[in-house]
Amino acid sequence: MVNKRWGYWLFFAALFLAPFYLTEFRLSLLGKFLCFAIVAVGISLIWGYTGILSLGHGVYFGLGAYCMAMYLKLEASRGHLPDFMEWSGVRELPWFWKPFAHPMVAIAAAIALPTLLAALLSYLTFKNRIKGVYFSLLSQAVVVVFVTLFIGKQEWTGGTNGLTNFSTVFGFSLSSPLTQIVLYWLTTACLALIFVAARRLTSGRLGKVLIAIRDAENRVRFLGFNPTVYKVFVYSLSAAFAGVAGALFVLQVGLISPEMMGIIPSIEMVLWAAVGGRQSLMGAIIGAIVMNTAKSFLSENYPDLWLLLLGALFVVVVLLVPKGLAGIYESLVAVRIKAKRGHEREARVDVS
Amino acid sequence: MKPVLMCRDVVVDFDGFRALQGVDLAVYPHEVRFLIGPNGAGKTTLLDVICGRTRATDGRVLFFSHDITKRPEYEIVQMGIARKFQSPSIFPFLTVWENMELAMRQDRRLRSVLRAKRTGEEEEIMAAQLERIGLLDERHRLAGTLSHGQKQWLEIGMQLIQRPQLLLLDEPIAGMSAAERERTGEWLHEIAKHCAVIIVEHDMDFVRRYSKQVTVMHEGKVLCEGSIDEVQQNEQVIDVYLGRRKNACYASGM
Repeated sequence: MVNKRWGYWLFFAALFLAPFYLTEFRLSLLGKFLCFAIVAVGISLIWGYTGILSLGHGVYFGLGAYCMAMYLKLEASRGHLPDFMEWSGVRELPWFWKPFAHPMVAIAAAIALPTLLAALLSYLTFKNRIKGVYFSLLSQAVVVVFVTLFIGKQEWTGGTNGLTNFSTVFGFSLSSPLTQIVLYWLTTACLALIFVAARRLTSGRLGKVLIAIRDAENRVRFLGFNPTVYKVFVYSLSAAFAGVAGALFVLQVGLISPEMMGIIPSIEMVLWAAVGGRQSLMGAIIGAIVMNTAKSFLSENYPDLWLLLLGALFVVVVLLVPKGLAGIYESLVAVRIKAKRGHEREARVDVS
Repeated sequence: MKPVLMCRDVVVDFDGFRALQGVDLAVYPHEVRFLIGPNGAGKTTLLDVICGRTRATDGRVLFFSHDITKRPEYEIVQMGIARKFQSPSIFPFLTVWENMELAMRQDRRLRSVLRAKRTGEEEEIMAAQLERIGLLDERHRLAGTLSHGQKQWLEIGMQLIQRPQLLLLDEPIAGMSAAERERTGEWLHEIAKHCAVIIVEHDMDFVRRYSKQVTVMHEGKVLCEGSIDEVQQNEQVIDVYLGRRKNACYASGM
């Protein structure tokens, strides 16, 4: 256990120091991947711990990103109407855009909106005991609804192009390397905080209740717990994480479009956790980083191959390594401990 | 003496199939009540109605004169009715100790679970309970790796640590060895010092040895009640239950 804790410290120290040893381009990629890692922690909580497979986390990520982007867009427009609105013939800023001129409102909304949407969806479904595949399909349907809505309401959302062409955040230029480094550190800090919080939750009694719900929900109910409350809580929490991730993402990437919150990104999110090991929070983080590194390498070099590989990987992981990279690591450790014990036993036999 | 549980004219209708057709039942404190009857008589359904797993179409269930017919399951449990399911239902990927920790009497609302820490007193209670069911030495094992009989006991232990006032047991000795059965039987009357028990059991030898009050059910109704000897003398019972088995024996050439 002590070793593990050291490993975590090292891992986050390496992330914090990344600006000193990565090129600007690589750093910006890593910053993006760390946003995805935040989403993966949430997926691990709901899927690995509680057994809720959500294929709709793209929406929560997207909502967080759009909330932040609305503020950035207004700041870039300097009091004028955002460009895409003018193109669509809008004369006046819609009422729901106005509060987003304040960055604090935007940040609060980037967390609150995904959380509320997730709470509403999960309360209605879990209260009526809808679960398993049916819940996964419902969450996917929500994605379709939102993507269609965001594309259709071009005059409010920028349509297919989404929101882009930002200039400053809190008055600092987004294109300056220093701002980008600060944003990278902010992302790392958020990831570290969320990781620590999630670890504390899962190592306490709540974590046991979640695992219990995953394995025998009825038994949990007949021990006097109300599983609905717990499931809604953890699902909304994971949506809040995705919202934070979306806001950090848009700050660093400078673009959010409906495509980025669609069905394929939603499934990719699940895959990050699956590859890394959904029952391990650190596994999910590593999974998000490894998968996206592989993706950017492969799609740079063999753009046609990536989606095929993604599908194949999903099948392989589900069939052969259900516990993902974390599982492989654990079994390696187990083998080593066994070997060590074996040696000790032999040594003892020799002595006697 | 006031009954712990009263079922009044309970009807359960599964889309036209009447699994229970007007069941009356009263169970008193410290009583161990055996429910017997052929397959499909409605014994498990009756337990399901009492603990809220199945909703009564008609009739009422009273627990210490509180109407619990429409209460959600977790509230019924919190009021003091514990249920042991037929196939052992435990949490396989938690340790025996953690299984007990979740089962232990506590405030089960989210906000208190978030802050929950085991106290020394609680650990003593958990250890004592595990000692009683013979699993103290296994406490660090994952519950999924226990033997079938041990799982049955773990689940019973998880019910007892809640200190219920009514314990519902559905075929607790299924899959247990002869020695384990005997221990369970003796233990039943030990349990009854603290709470009332309703137990569904198929094993007639077990019923004969450990029962005082038996309720015979048939086709969703209570056929008769009494001691096992009285019940076995009852003409109707012989016809529908014991007689049928005899016929089956003849038919199979015995």
